[in-house]
Amino acid sequence: MNDIRLKIDQELKHIKKITNDPTLLITVLFSIFVVSFFVLVPLSNVLKESFTSQGDMNLNNYKAALTRSGNVAVIFNTIKLGLVTATLALIIGFFFAYTTSYMTIKGKRLFDFIAMLPIISPPFVVALSAILLFGRQGLITRGLLGIRDYEIYGFHGLVLVQVLSFFPIAYLMLVGLLQKIDPSVEEASRDLGASRLKVFTSVTFPLVVPGIGNAFLLVFIQSIADFANPVVIGGNFTTIAVKIYQEGIGNFQLGIATALAMILLSLSISMFVIQRFYINKKSYITVTGKISRKRELISDRIVTVPVTVLLVTMTLFVIGMYILIPVNSFVKLWGINYTPTLDHYKYIFKFGMDPVLQTTILSVIATFITGFFSMIIAFLIVRKRFIGRTFIEFTTVMAMAIPGTIIGLGYVISYNKTYYIPFTNITLIPPLTGTALIIIVAFIIRSLPVGVRSGMSSLQQIDPSIEEAASILGASSQKIFFSVTLPMIKEAFFSGLIYSFARSMTLVSTIIFLISAKWKLLTPAVMENIDTGRIGIASAYCTMLIIIVSIVMIFMKIVTSKLGIQNENSGDVQ
Amino acid sequence: MKEFKKVEIKNLTKIFISGKNKVKAVDNLNLVIEPGEFVCLLGPSGCGKTTMLRMLAGFEVPTTGNIFIGNKDVANLTPDKRDTAMVFQNYALFPHMNVFDNIAYGLKVQKRPKAEINERVEKILKLMKMDDFATRVPSQMSGGQQQRVSLARALIMNSGVLLFDEPLSNLDAKLRLHMRDEIRKLQKEVGITSIYVTHDQAEAMSLSDKVVIMKDGKIMQVGSPIEIYQRPNSEFVAKFIGRANILKAKLIAGDGNSATINIFGHEYPSKEDLNGKSKEIEIVVRPETIKFDKKTHEGTVLKSVFMGENHEYEIEVNGQVIEAVLSNPHGKDIKSVGERIGFTFDHEALHIIDND
Repeated sequence: MNDIRLKIDQELKHIKKITNDPTLLITVLFSIFVVSFFVLVPLSNVLKESFTSQGDMNLNNYKAALTRSGNVAVIFNTIKLGLVTATLALIIGFFFAYTTSYMTIKGKRLFDFIAMLPIISPPFVVALSAILLFGRQGLITRGLLGIRDYEIYGFHGLVLVQVLSFFPIAYLMLVGLLQKIDPSVEEASRDLGASRLKVFTSVTFPLVVPGIGNAFLLVFIQSIADFANPVVIGGNFTTIAVKIYQEGIGNFQLGIATALAMILLSLSISMFVIQRFYINKKSYITVTGKISRKRELISDRIVTVPVTVLLVTMTLFVIGMYILIPVNSFVKLWGINYTPTLDHYKYIFKFGMDPVLQTTILSVIATFITGFFSMIIAFLIVRKRFIGRTFIEFTTVMAMAIPGTIIGLGYVISYNKTYYIPFTNITLIPPLTGTALIIIVAFIIRSLPVGVRSGMSSLQQIDPSIEEAASILGASSQKIFFSVTLPMIKEAFFSGLIYSFARSMTLVSTIIFLISAKWKLLTPAVMENIDTGRIGIASAYCTMLIIIVSIVMIFMKIVTSKLGIQNENSGDVQ
Repeated sequence: MKEFKKVEIKNLTKIFISGKNKVKAVDNLNLVIEPGEFVCLLGPSGCGKTTMLRMLAGFEVPTTGNIFIGNKDVANLTPDKRDTAMVFQNYALFPHMNVFDNIAYGLKVQKRPKAEINERVEKILKLMKMDDFATRVPSQMSGGQQQRVSLARALIMNSGVLLFDEPLSNLDAKLRLHMRDEIRKLQKEVGITSIYVTHDQAEAMSLSDKVVIMKDGKIMQVGSPIEIYQRPNSEFVAKFIGRANILKAKLIAGDGNSATINIFGHEYPSKEDLNGKSKEIEIVVRPETIKFDKKTHEGTVLKSVFMGENHEYEIEVNGQVIEAVLSNPHGKDIKSVGERIGFTFDHEALHIIDND
């Protein structure tokens, strides 16, 4: 037997094994279907549309995108923004991470708290806040300094806002990495005669270089995909993500929109590929590495006091920006009339409760589906062998790098028609445009990758023989999943629930394309109010959103900690 | 009483392919295990013993070949549809369930009535002397206790075949001896067909009715522990089980019932079944069978180490180095390195490796 035949034979055996288990087979087919239909089909339609102009296959759209001066500027703007934001966010993130890991500094929980803020609040909160502080009617610019002609809208305002929103990503990544460095490596360096500075430059820093590269690329991807901040504070500085929306929805120039989308997508995906397949491989720090001892921290007050002051000031500034929004929601007209009022809320309760209720309901539905579905996919990827496994893994992981605007645009051009099961008249998917279903699907697809990834990493830490034991005791795949696997990865499951709820509630980029007269959502309602200058109402919506997310989050934390107590009894997973 | 099953493995091959690598883990293997037999698969790591066990359990699909449990070909069945139970190396207890629920898991899957489950779990807990542990969770127990639970969880299924995947290798030495005796006692009591994978020869010798020695995916020898030790069929088996000297010797004459062989110039009678005349042969001599009461041969001591219950020598004779063990060295004449020493072979303990 030659190798190829052996390989085919091996695959056939795996298929046979799966067909012996109908539930498993259906689950696998369903997962492949969802991933293909709601990630790949929209993407391929965007690709197809980008090469279609006046009914023909040609490159006209790309020519327009790459030669029309406006569009070229937009592309360069996006790259410039990504580079500047990623660099600054990285510097600040590294400073936070290094100082909190290597110095005795109080208030570490405060820093972790600001890392949470961007997760629970809609992405344009910082932008809105920056306008309140530095805008034409800004508290600082006009109120305190009396400057009238300062312009926050544009590149520098956008960079400020993005850096403040994204540096926690870099911080969280780097702090995790620094804490995984075994202190004995650095002690060995000291022992061989190196000074603290030398230890940093010759041991610590080289060890985290791959991590720094990772963090840079992740922030870069976030920055170029960001839609909300550029729309709110970009002014005349337009980025690709915004342009896609303007061309696609505003001017209905789908050709240009899709061509720009493909350019943005190739930027994101190539960065993502570099991050995942090149830099990740270079990582020196083993994930399983157990640290024997605690690191001896720098506690010299000459160093720690100024650093603490700096960190706390920056942190308070960030927190302040988030607090400003609820404050503004109780103020009559920012910059002109600071009288306390409940008018904005009264208005919302009278005329504008639909977006709040609808978003919450759809998010709850999407959250439960995502919660289970992401764990099931993680289980399939880590524990089962079947044709299409690599496909599912690759697509779900890649979906993380796809900018939301592109998914949104893809959905707009893909689901206005009926899909039939091939060679039959049986409807596979009816037209979804304007339905709640398409919004739920968008919520699910946007939070699935993170859920799958956290499910996968928990599963990889659990010895597969525990599930094998269940299997040999007679349990089917389905029974194993619900009675053994899910209880063992319940932490990833619950944190996945929290994440996908917050993510769905705060999602802007994708769903801005999908809202309809019937289904108005919260974030688009906020944007609409910012657009028409009703900042008070926008702030009130934002505040309500943050409160809803926080309540659900606290509720889930209580539930998990209740389970966590049980978990302590049942001990650690080996 | 449950009927225990015969296991028959026919032309079993498993090839792992990943990327460009192709590994033949199990190579055209044939083996019959009688009902109620305790069989150990023994071999160095990478010899395919674990792969074979995992194919029996259903965790791996064979590339070719058949596995019969009872008279049913199970090669393509999933683990839950086979009549097997397994004890894992790392116990594989469900961390979120207590001892009772762990043991009851299989019966619950079978949807047995509650009363029956309670009764059977309590009975097995009593048998394992673990009545007080029912509400403990795995993290509150020692390795030995966890492995007893794992054993109970497998035994309660009353399956036709019980599989063991190096179940004692994570335990400390003392506990290992204790558990070894316990497993043997339980298996005798219950009478279940058992297949046990290990790389520890002492475990294999003390537990098995039949030992299967494996190397590079192939079976080297199958036999009772005594057969394997006293009559190894190859140098590999001789050296893998215990310690062995492989000496060059000459067959003077043999007629199939008895033979005369010449070692280091001295002729010994042998009962090995050998045919032929004046031909070069290899013989296996276990170090503990060498005697020091007669000085048939003489050599130089290269190593002389006192071990307490015995004394170990390495002796050079005619350019060959022989290991020898003097048991109970108390009050005996001990030679040190460099001295001459006389010894003789026990003609009944000489075993000829038949390379034909």
